Amino acid sequence: MSKAAFRTATGGRIDRSHPVRFTFDGKSYTGFKGDTLASALLANGVHLMGRSFKYHRPRGLISAGSEEPNALVGVIGANGRETPNLRATQVEIYDGLVAESQNRWPSLAFDANAVNDLFWPLLPAGFYYKTFMGPRFLGATRAWKAIYEPLIRQAAGLGRAPKSPDPDRYANRFTHCDVLVIGGGLAGLSAALAASESGAEVILCDEQAEFGGSLLADTRSRIDGQTAAEWLEKALATLSSRPNVRLLPRTQAFGYYADNFVALQERVTDHIASPSPNLPRERLWQVRAKEVVIATGAIERPLVFPDNDRPGVVLADAARVFVNRYGVRPGNRAVVFTACDTAYEAALALHEAGVDVRLIADLRSAPSGPAVEAVRRAGIKVVGSASIVGTSGRLRVRSVHLGMIDGDGKVVPYEHVDCDLLLMSGGWTPSVHLHSQSRGKVVWNEEAQAFLPGAHVQRERSAGACRGLFGLAAALADGAAAGNDAAEKAGFSPASTASHAVEEMAHAYTGFLGACPHHRDPARVKAFIDFQNDVTAKDLKLATREGFRSIEHVKRFTTTGMATDQGKTSNVNALSIVSDSIAKPLPAVGLTTFRPPYTPVTFGALAGDRRGELFDPVRTTPIHSWAVERGAVFEDVSLWKRARYFPRAGEDMHAAVSRECRTVRASVGLLDASTLGKIEVVGPDAAEFLERMYVNPWKKLQPGRCRYGLLLNEAGYVIDDGVAARIASDRFHVTTTTGGAPRVLAMMEDYLQTEFPELKVWLTSTTEQWAVVAVQGPKAREVLEPLVEGIDLSREAFPHMAMREGHICGVPTRLFRVSFTGELGYEVNVPGDYGRAVWEAIWANVEKVGGCAYGTEAMHVLRAEKGFIIVGQETDGTVTPDDLGLNWAIGKNKPDFVGKRSLTRPDLLKSDRKQLVGLITEDPKTVLEEGAQITREVEPAKGTPALGHVTSAYWSDAAGRSIALALVASGRARVGETLYVPMPDKAIAVTVTSPVFYDPKGERLDG
Amino acid sequence: MADVQLRRRPAHAELSLVADERSVRLEGIEGVSRFAVRGDPEAATKIGQVFGVALPMEPWRSATDGSRAALWQGPDEWLLLAGEGDAEAITAQVAAAMGETPYSWVDVSHRNTGLLLSGPHAADVLNAGCPLPLDLAAFPVGKCTRTLLGKAEIVLWRTGETEFRIEVWRSFAAYVAGVIAEAAREHMV
Repeated sequence: MSKAAFRTATGGRIDRSHPVRFTFDGKSYTGFKGDTLASALLANGVHLMGRSFKYHRPRGLISAGSEEPNALVGVIGANGRETPNLRATQVEIYDGLVAESQNRWPSLAFDANAVNDLFWPLLPAGFYYKTFMGPRFLGATRAWKAIYEPLIRQAAGLGRAPKSPDPDRYANRFTHCDVLVIGGGLAGLSAALAASESGAEVILCDEQAEFGGSLLADTRSRIDGQTAAEWLEKALATLSSRPNVRLLPRTQAFGYYADNFVALQERVTDHIASPSPNLPRERLWQVRAKEVVIATGAIERPLVFPDNDRPGVVLADAARVFVNRYGVRPGNRAVVFTACDTAYEAALALHEAGVDVRLIADLRSAPSGPAVEAVRRAGIKVVGSASIVGTSGRLRVRSVHLGMIDGDGKVVPYEHVDCDLLLMSGGWTPSVHLHSQSRGKVVWNEEAQAFLPGAHVQRERSAGACRGLFGLAAALADGAAAGNDAAEKAGFSPASTASHAVEEMAHAYTGFLGACPHHRDPARVKAFIDFQNDVTAKDLKLATREGFRSIEHVKRFTTTGMATDQGKTSNVNALSIVSDSIAKPLPAVGLTTFRPPYTPVTFGALAGDRRGELFDPVRTTPIHSWAVERGAVFEDVSLWKRARYFPRAGEDMHAAVSRECRTVRASVGLLDASTLGKIEVVGPDAAEFLERMYVNPWKKLQPGRCRYGLLLNEAGYVIDDGVAARIASDRFHVTTTTGGAPRVLAMMEDYLQTEFPELKVWLTSTTEQWAVVAVQGPKAREVLEPLVEGIDLSREAFPHMAMREGHICGVPTRLFRVSFTGELGYEVNVPGDYGRAVWEAIWANVEKVGGCAYGTEAMHVLRAEKGFIIVGQETDGTVTPDDLGLNWAIGKNKPDFVGKRSLTRPDLLKSDRKQLVGLITEDPKTVLEEGAQITREVEPAKGTPALGHVTSAYWSDAAGRSIALALVASGRARVGETLYVPMPDKAIAVTVTSPVFYDPKGERLDG
Repeated sequence: MADVQLRRRPAHAELSLVADERSVRLEGIEGVSRFAVRGDPEAATKIGQVFGVALPMEPWRSATDGSRAALWQGPDEWLLLAGEGDAEAITAQVAAAMGETPYSWVDVSHRNTGLLLSGPHAADVLNAGCPLPLDLAAFPVGKCTRTLLGKAEIVLWRTGETEFRIEVWRSFAAYVAGVIAEAAREHMV
């Protein structure tokens, strides 16, 4: 095991007794339990972790947290799962972790696309918009689509999207709480302690593996006489001991939505080498909180100076975190460039860890204060009015070029300082993301030089650094106050806030916004603002020169803030530069919108268990298992599985369907019709209600009789149909189409509640109460008779379109005599639990007479032979009863029904409306394609509208030829005409006929 | 064929149900008659007298007596549960007692499948797909409601501190059992 050269001898929160081996770009390294990939790589002296998006410049990390723009890596899990674009600063290492750098070829140290960096002057902001436009003769967008976009896509992008299905499981939990505390730094811990003490149900979440925030890297301060680590341990022990507290580490709050609904993403197993397969990889928490405390802290801001992106240039506080929390020296010789006191504390930490801190260059003229004094006492050189005007080094910073700011603000080059580490600090940007997502206003605070939370819209409050209150004492007090306030507003009585003795170094939380001064030609230097999207100060200035004024436009033109980090480290610097360039005060330039997610969220977490078999409910009937056993082929009809056909050995679909159709017409067939929608309409006004809903008359329908009902929408178009039986004077058994059942019930309920509240009638869905066996064919009566009790099946006693109640196989039945085939037919309704048993009993008799089970495909053919429509096939939401030849169904003397008034609109009375007709092809073997267009001529001129389209087309055994149904303009007047169905190879000639191809007189209905 | 005695085959008979003592156990409930009752409060009061369990008028309430239960489903809707043998008698008694009072009484015994979910993690597992707060304060024993479990509508009724009864349309039973089994897995580590 090679010793990591940059590991400190002692200290940090890593577990030095647990070495962890991992690989990065195929090379093996060792870190410790508690390391992130970033800290472990730094411990091994690896700073080069990625290549930038556009110029492919070598990049190292700049931060230690989720704001990291540069160190994006791909991680390959033990189960083969690839996750691109993870921040190395958040990836916890485990034994066997495999990580890879991205956006480089052939290797990270030598990247061929880095030539982009040489062409940099040719690739300004907006380059793509301007360059890839022509040539014009190809059309406006063709060149882009065919040539440029594929090329650019090839060269651009960060990680590779995984190609194989995600092998992991993801969980979802809905939960509620009194107080949700977002962020487990000192302010959040303090808020959670206060709120939970009152008894409120509290959830505390933090994106990091450990709670504590800045306390995790604080080796200097003391709270109530204890070290930060001791205080943290006690605080967490207290919280853990409270049953009303749920602690969620590794959990980011990524979205704040309406009604205090906050979405959390918990990383459950990514840090475990071989997790149990029963554990989800991630868990999505959908939290509804009465009150929310946002304690998301602040993010240190980079300084914008020439060549500020070399590996080894890191944020000052990140360096402190690496030293104090992870026991890693990020370099041997450091220079510090700052405009904020906190960088001095970082310098001290590095100095104490044995790093040679050679110089602190401060943009401020006369830095002072306890931290500055402490640094000076330690013998570190401090230079005020200093700026860094450039750096050297290729894969790692080698030296910095110092400049001095004179009395006029001009910069004079001063000296080069050798170093392998450059710390920078432009001050701190409060993280107002979630406050803004909650639709709270953010307001520019001149004193803090920052946007801070302003007016609230939801029940949330911010605490600590995220509202500009820096330092431990402030965080403790403000957190407790926020926790108490939240608990009180949630209905609890919080205790009074205890006061704490805090010893910490006092800092001036000043900073610097925008581009640092330098003496060089601005057109020739690269001072990066957005590291991930490679946006420089020059690009922003170019955007304003080109006339962009709105920050939203500047953002889109330059892509600043549009990378996966959404500009966490760059937005305020970008604003400041735009503000300077257009001479408008910064708050007047405005802030771009904060949108969820805070950091990228996996699709898996959002999908949860909704994949594979649980993607949607798969509805099956009580008879389904029988069909499965018989080898049925199924089709999806809405959420249902329906048997489409029952192939016998050697049969394809065509052969099976032909046989099933022939058998039904010659003998008898059984169809599982259980999926038909059913609604029990009950009450003294039941007939009146149906009279108003359906086009048909119902009042005179006698109990025991059925009627085919047609349902329109308000526009007069057919939306559903089905047979309804009158069970008693105040009770109807209404059937609907399979797919239409929920919407018909909803529509009826809607009308009852909003239009006809005076009617005494109620609706109950009975779709699943009844299993339905359709018995169709000349031998239907013969098959059923031995099983039925209490019902006379004779032609005289039980005519077509009648319904009888009795028993079959000893169980109650509603037996309908209806036919969707044109043959003698029954539909046997029995309570669902008996469905399969009754089916099997009938099946036994069907087999004896040579009958068969048939599926939905044969059902479709059989009904088409009779010209019966299927709603959704012959109709498309623009078809009237008259178009379908169903005017006979309309109750002519009814005062009103849904859609009646629309039926007399001029457009619905036009003579050239498309009407339902039959089509037969010249060649009887040619089966038309459903959806094919119909024309008057073989080759109509371009732009000629079609006369209509084919709605159904089948091979018909009964007709001995192909048949088709179609909607054709003035179709009924065209019977006998020859029309054409143009297909890619040739136009097919067809003759218009009646839509009834079989037994037009209906002589077979009685068997 | 009057001598044929068919046995009920509820939808859960075809499912493999999760059963783990440490987390949750899902069982099918057999032999239940169910009635969807709709009508005005006046009708509901009369029906309650015949049924022997008053129909709750307050939202989310249930009332039970022995094997009989009345669950509030909406301002004019209740789900009544009873033993299997009682169905015809109750239906006849109610019809006789109601006279001219309008109401709707529909036998839905076979429309639903009854499932019993019990165990220390029952509420947590339900919250994988049910957005309601299920802690005892918000959802006490006896509370019932129509709600969602994932993409399926269910009737959820808390019958004990760690026990819920789920009434679901039979074709959704497999989905409901699948969501519960999937959510329970992480407790079986």
